[in-house]
Amino acid sequence: MIRVFVPGDAAALSVGAEAVARAIAAEAAARGIAVTLVRTGSRGLFWLEPLVEVERAGVRIGYGPVAAADVKGLFDAGFLAGGAHPAALGPVEAIPYLARQQRLTFARCGIVDPASLADYEAHGGLKGLRRALAMEPAAIVAAVTESGLRGRGGAGFPTGIKWRTVLGAEGPRKYIVCNADEGDSGTYSDRLLMEGDPFCLIEGMAIAGIAVGAEKGFVYIRSEYPHAFRRMQAAIETARVGGLLGADILGSGRAFELEARLGAGAYICGEETALLESLEGRRGQIRFKPPLPAISGLFGRPTVINNLITLATVPSILADGADAYRDYGIGRSRGTMPIQLAGNVRHGGLVERAFGLTLGELVEEFGGGTASGRPVRAVQVGGPLGAYWPTALFDTPLDYEAFAARGGMVGHGGVVVFDDTVDLARQARFAFQFCAIESCGKCTPCRIGAVRGAETMDKVIRGDAPEANLTLVRDLCEVMRDGSLCALGGLTPMPVLSAIDHFPEDFDRAAQSCAAD
Amino acid sequence: MAGPAAAAEDAAFDAAAVIEIAEGLRGLEGPLLPILHAVNDRLGHVDARAVPLIADILNLSRAEVHGVVGFYHDFRRAPAGRHRVQVCRAEACQAMGGEALVQQLERRFGIPCGQTTADRQVTLEAVYCLGNCALSPAAMVDGALVGRADGERIAAAIAGRAP
Ligand SMILES: Cc1cc2nc3c(=O)[nH]c(=O)nc-3n(C[C@H](O)[C@H](O)[C@H](O)COP(=O)(O)O)c2cc1C
Ligand code: SF4
Ligand code: FES
Repeated sequence: MIRVFVPGDAAALSVGAEAVARAIAAEAAARGIAVTLVRTGSRGLFWLEPLVEVERAGVRIGYGPVAAADVKGLFDAGFLAGGAHPAALGPVEAIPYLARQQRLTFARCGIVDPASLADYEAHGGLKGLRRALAMEPAAIVAAVTESGLRGRGGAGFPTGIKWRTVLGAEGPRKYIVCNADEGDSGTYSDRLLMEGDPFCLIEGMAIAGIAVGAEKGFVYIRSEYPHAFRRMQAAIETARVGGLLGADILGSGRAFELEARLGAGAYICGEETALLESLEGRRGQIRFKPPLPAISGLFGRPTVINNLITLATVPSILADGADAYRDYGIGRSRGTMPIQLAGNVRHGGLVERAFGLTLGELVEEFGGGTASGRPVRAVQVGGPLGAYWPTALFDTPLDYEAFAARGGMVGHGGVVVFDDTVDLARQARFAFQFCAIESCGKCTPCRIGAVRGAETMDKVIRGDAPEANLTLVRDLCEVMRDGSLCALGGLTPMPVLSAIDHFPEDFDRAAQSCAAD
Repeated sequence: MAGPAAAAEDAAFDAAAVIEIAEGLRGLEGPLLPILHAVNDRLGHVDARAVPLIADILNLSRAEVHGVVGFYHDFRRAPAGRHRVQVCRAEACQAMGGEALVQQLERRFGIPCGQTTADRQVTLEAVYCLGNCALSPAAMVDGALVGRADGERIAAAIAGRAP
C-alpha cells in the first residue's frame, strides 16, 4: 500500500496540516485508492509546511507547501506516483537545506511515526540504551564526558561532569529532570523533538537514570506547549506498555519511571532551581547555590537536570560511540547544534550542523535572508537574554567561546532575524520590559532595575535628554549584571548593551529627527 | 458531577469537584501544580474558595497555596471568556509585525490584552513565545496554534474553523 506522510506537529497544524491530511484521506477514498496515511513530526523546514511526502520505492518525495484545496490537483497530477506538480520538491532528503545538515539528535524527526515504538526501533532507536544496559555506570558517564557534550539549555556546562557528581552523590533516591520549559523566544527544538521523536528523549532519560542510579524522572514542559505535552504523555504510556519504562526496562532488571509535568506560564521556571521549586509545588523562585542540584536537587535529592536536547542527544552518543560525536565540531564545542532560524527569515527552520558553521552561513545560506525581502539588519542569538548583532559579526563561527568572546551567546540556539525596519531602541526597551514581567522578585537589581530600565528607555526613545539617560541605562545594566542572583537579571544587559553598542544611531533620537527634516 | 454547570455560572462554586481533584492527585510527588492545573481546567479558574480546601488536603498553609496560585500566570482568579486568544509578543513575532497584530486584535475585540470582552466571548492575552517562531507572528486560540497569524485567521479559529 502507498504510504503518505503528513506532519502532526503543532507548527505544521498551525498552517493547515490537519485539513490537508483529511483531504488526502477523503480524496483517496473517493477515488478508490488505498493509501496509508502516516502522521509524522515535522522535518523542521517550516516554509514548506504543510509538507506532504509520498514513499516511492523507499524514497520519500516531497510536495509543499500544500493547502487542502491543492489536494485534488495533486491526485490529478498523479502525486502518489511521484508525478510533476508546481509544489513538487523531489526527494526530500535531497532538498539542499536538509542535505547540508548533519542530523544526529534529529535523525528521526519528521521521518518516523512518533506514536510507534516499533517504528522508533526500526530507525535505530534503543541501540544506545541497550549498550548502556551492558555497561558499568561509570563507563556510561565516561562516554558522555568523552563525547564533549555540553548542556544545550544555555550555559553549555559539560554534561558528563554534571552526571559524575550525581553518580558520586550518596542517596537512596535520585532524580533525572528534563528541562523542557523552552522559554527563549526564537527557539522550538525541544517542542519539535517531543512531537516528532519523543522516544528519543525517553531513551536518553533512561540512560541517564542507569548512569547515575536514578529510578525516577520528570519532564517539565511549558504550558504554552499543550500539544507537545499530550504527545509526551502518550509516548510515556506507550513506553511503559512496551517495556521501555517501568520496573524492568527492556528486561534488564533495572527500573526507570517517568512523568510529564506542565509548567504554569513563568519564564523563570526554565532556570533549573526555579524549575525544581515549581516541580515541588512552590512558587518558581531561584534557590541559592550551593548546594548544586547535583548534590541536593529535587526534594533535596541528588538530581541531574538537563535541557531536553542534551538528554535526547545521549542515545546517539551511546549508540555510535563518544568519538563519533566528538569528531564533529570545533574547539571546545563538540558535536552538533540544532539551530532554530526564526523571525523575519525566508527559510525558517531547524538546522542541525556541527559547530563551526558561521552565523552568516546560517542566516544567508540556510535562511535565504529575510522573509520581507528587505536587507537583514540585526539578529538576536540565544533568546531574550542574547545579544543583538549586526551583519558585521556574521563571520562568527557557531562556537560557545567564539560567541562569548564577542559579547554574545549561543544559548539554546535560537537565531531571530530582523530586517532594516527594526528599531533597536525599542528592542532594548523590550528586553527590560520582559525582565520586569518575568522577574521572580527575589532580588532588587532585577525587580526594580528592569522597571527603571524600561522607563529610562522610554525617555531615550522620546528624545528626552538621551545622552544622560543612556548613561543611566548603562549604570543600571552594571548594577543588574553584578547584583542579580540569576541570569535573568544578570544577562538582561546583554541585549540592551549590544543594541546600544552596535546600533548607536537608533538611540540618537535628536540626530534622527534632524535627518528626517 | 456538577463540574460543567459550575463553570458556566460563576457565582456557584463546586467544592466537591475541587476536593475530588485534590484527593485524586495528592499521592503524586509534588502534587500542587497538577491539582491547580486540573482545577483551573475543569472549573475555568482557581476560585479563592478552592485555596483552603486544597491546603487542607495537602497539609499546607493557605498562604502557601495562595502564593503559588498568584505566582503563575496560568492560574486564573476569575473565569475567562468562552474563547481564549493568546497572541505572541516576543522577539521573533515582533520581527514579523506581531505588535501590529496585537493592536489590530485589541481594536477588533475592543479590549486591551489581558481582558475579556463584555459579552464574555473572548479573552485576549499576551504570551511570550509559542514555539512557532519560524511561522510568526503566532497566536494560540483555545489551545490550538495559528501560524502566520492575522485578524482573519484568528477570527476563523475562534469560529471553529481550523487553520
Ligand atoms: C532565566 C533563565 C531561564 C532559563 N530557561 C531555560 C529553559 O527554558 N530551558 C533550559 O533547558 N534551560 C534554561 N535555563 C538554563 C537552566 O538553568 C540550566 O542551565 C539547564 O537546564 C541545564 O541543562 P543543560 O546543562 O543540559 O543545558 C535558563 C536559565 C535562566 C537563568
Ligand atoms: S535576577 Fe531576577 S529572576 Fe533572577 S533571582 Fe533575582 S529577581 Fe529572581
Ligand atoms: S517568538 Fe512568537 S512564537 Fe516564538
